[in-house]
Amino acid sequence: MHLHDFWFLLIAVLWIGYFFLEGFDFGIGVLTKTLAKDRTERRVLINTIGPVWDGNEVWLITAAGATFAAFPDWYATLFSGFYLPLLAVLLCLIVRGVAFEYRHKRNEERWQRNWENAIFWCSLLPAFLWGVAFANMVRGVPIGPDKNFTGGVLDLLSPYALLGGLFTLVLFTFHGAVFAALKTVGDIRHRARAHAARYGLAAAALAAAFLAWTQAESGNGRSLPAAVVAVVALLAALALNRTGREGWAFALSGVTVVAVFAMVFLALFPDVMPSSSDPAWSLTVSDASSSPYTLRIMTWVAGFMTPVIVGYQAWTYWVFRKRIGTQHIPAAH
Amino acid sequence: MNLALAPETLARWQFGITTVYHFLFVPLTISLAAITAGLQTAWVRTDKEKYFHATKFWGKLFLINIAMGVVTGLVQEFQFGMNWSDYSRFVGDVFGAPLAMEALLAFFFESTFIGLWIFGWDKLPKKIHCACIWIVAVGTILSSYFILAANSWMQHPVGYRIDKATGKAQLTDIWAVLTQNTTLVVVFHTLTAAFLTGAAFVVGVASFHLWRAKRKQLKGEELGEKQRKQLPAMLASLRVGLVIAVIAGLGTALSGDSLGKVMFEQQPMKMAAAEALWDTQAPAPFSVFAVGDVSKGHNSVEIEIPGLLSFLSHSNFSDPVPGINDIAAQEAARYGGQPKDYIPSIFMTFWGFRLMIGFGMTSFVAALIGLWTTRRKLWLAPEYRVGEDEIPRLMLTRTREMSPFFTKWSWRIGILTMGFPLIANSFGWIFTEMGRQPWGVYGLMKTGNAVSPGVSQGEVITSMTVFTALYAILAVVEVKLLVKYGSAGPDTDEKPPTKDPRLRMPGGDRGAELPEDADKPMTFAY
Repeated sequence: MHLHDFWFLLIAVLWIGYFFLEGFDFGIGVLTKTLAKDRTERRVLINTIGPVWDGNEVWLITAAGATFAAFPDWYATLFSGFYLPLLAVLLCLIVRGVAFEYRHKRNEERWQRNWENAIFWCSLLPAFLWGVAFANMVRGVPIGPDKNFTGGVLDLLSPYALLGGLFTLVLFTFHGAVFAALKTVGDIRHRARAHAARYGLAAAALAAAFLAWTQAESGNGRSLPAAVVAVVALLAALALNRTGREGWAFALSGVTVVAVFAMVFLALFPDVMPSSSDPAWSLTVSDASSSPYTLRIMTWVAGFMTPVIVGYQAWTYWVFRKRIGTQHIPAAH
Repeated sequence: MNLALAPETLARWQFGITTVYHFLFVPLTISLAAITAGLQTAWVRTDKEKYFHATKFWGKLFLINIAMGVVTGLVQEFQFGMNWSDYSRFVGDVFGAPLAMEALLAFFFESTFIGLWIFGWDKLPKKIHCACIWIVAVGTILSSYFILAANSWMQHPVGYRIDKATGKAQLTDIWAVLTQNTTLVVVFHTLTAAFLTGAAFVVGVASFHLWRAKRKQLKGEELGEKQRKQLPAMLASLRVGLVIAVIAGLGTALSGDSLGKVMFEQQPMKMAAAEALWDTQAPAPFSVFAVGDVSKGHNSVEIEIPGLLSFLSHSNFSDPVPGINDIAAQEAARYGGQPKDYIPSIFMTFWGFRLMIGFGMTSFVAALIGLWTTRRKLWLAPEYRVGEDEIPRLMLTRTREMSPFFTKWSWRIGILTMGFPLIANSFGWIFTEMGRQPWGVYGLMKTGNAVSPGVSQGEVITSMTVFTALYAILAVVEVKLLVKYGSAGPDTDEKPPTKDPRLRMPGGDRGAELPEDADKPMTFAY
């Protein structure tokens, strides 16, 4: 395997890791309005991800930073091309992060309600926009000979891209509901499973449509098995959720997220950003990548650190493994 | 196109606003993490309640602050690609590496272990919990190292070559990027300044509480029970803050001097601009005050200290220091264009440099005076010594106390100078970044060639407007929270955890959690 192919794989792993982890964070954010009945239940949901959401978000920072280092042209074209959607994602992530930290700092109705609204909308919007962004990336956008995006923001809002956004939003909400069922106790746990069943069915319908469309337009022999795995895992997660095997249901909703984004990256390769203007102007793994020297250094650092990071993050989940319910939420102060 | 609304100008404004704003939170985060870690270590080792309360108190302010630091940092990383795509293409091979290292080696540590620290008070053994905040503290320092290495490469590119086929910078020696003298001196300067910032903040907040209590005592009123209980934690904080401020202030001055010498060598224009030194002079004077006229290429008013600039740049009072006009002519001859194209904003660099030094060193001097006058035993007559938990008298000499007027103002200055290093930091960055102009990467890429060609004027105006508006709102929210929690003081009703939880590893024994704990509320919850 050539070094830049290996780095394409590593970038894919970072993005997939990000969507696996922050996927359920976004889902929890959405569920604070659709599942939680009152403020205490909202706090139960928020606290299931309380100790981990920040660490989860670093996967995004690393994915972006590693793309900058390993594929400068990919980073430059993607981030400048998808300017307004990424601006919206950024604003949401800013407000959402602050909201988690500041919501409980004042015991005032209006203050808490505002931050709770912020958590909902700023989880919902990025969950949708990431789908729009990745759908556009795999399908191709207008890119000129100088590697710059030549379209406008409306080019990014095609029916296909909007379907992609809707799919990731519902998929992440399903993933979040399964996570909530796994991490809570009491009444909310049972309702989380009922919600998961509904979101899961919707996600399955959207998955069939979006993955088939993707496979038909941009797919290849490698991406097809990933699409199949995604659908099968989603159905299996639904069945396991129904029988109350919450741990396994979460594992399989995770496999679904992984397989969906794996399919996107497999469909992309060896391009990183196909050009819809002229295939000759597409950015490819080999011409968008950094020099072998830089890639070699980064390989050492990433090879050494990734297992360490996965290790201590897994340990964090272990430390906070206990289910929480309304009885564990301390009174507001 | 209207120059004021040119994409380059807009992108620069946005970068300036978001970066200066981000850097209000960074130095406080770096230093408060370490100070909190130090106080928690003192608590773990001595079991004294005052250290527990101090840890909780500063920890709370630290968390309010780091939340803003983290989320505004996200913008920084996206912004290179969004607004500076040609820059990103040109430097990615070199500049991306330290950025990715920062994420892998620092951000993950910070963000994961901060979660463990916030939620882990009753879940982790005391010592491991304390180690978590230390890991966060080390993470913030590592993170500053990598990002400063990246910035130093823009100031003084090393360890690269320009690829002939693509015309882009290519990394040839990562070690050179990570260990060049610019990086090392800048890291030292930035970290000492960060500690001065946090220490001044701690001194300011502690002075606020102590002076409030002292005033009450001077009026002959009894302190309330809560206020009395808060004193030990605030007294300990004051001492810690003053000691750190003095050490860090001294370090900032020394490293600033070294950095000045490095810059005289590597970016003579920046330093000439910092001094508004238009023509090469030997010996060169240090300008205390000057009003320059760029179009005429000289100053219309100035006050100077003879020879001092020669000393600052070369450690002797006679060597020549090159002036703006000469350097600009040299750069124009080397890179093409007019000499005036190579002159940064003299007004901003000259005054930025002075405000940085002025505000930073005022804090340092204030801390030095504070450390001396609040001393406990050294050169102090026994009758003027106060007990462990009493508010110190401000003693000038062995037996001479400050007059009531000066006492009042000393405490007030302690409070009022709390934000001075923040101002100094901001001007430091404005100076060093604007002093590098017109270059984005010194000698390699001009800022004008670095912007994203595909991003429209409307898009940049949109993003700049929403960032500025959102940041303004969040600033108000953040300051109000800091005031609320800062003025409330430590929550002395809170008791340190009584038992030290055992850590059960996966597959270990099940005895760690008692059944009666199953429904116990969390000690901390969002």
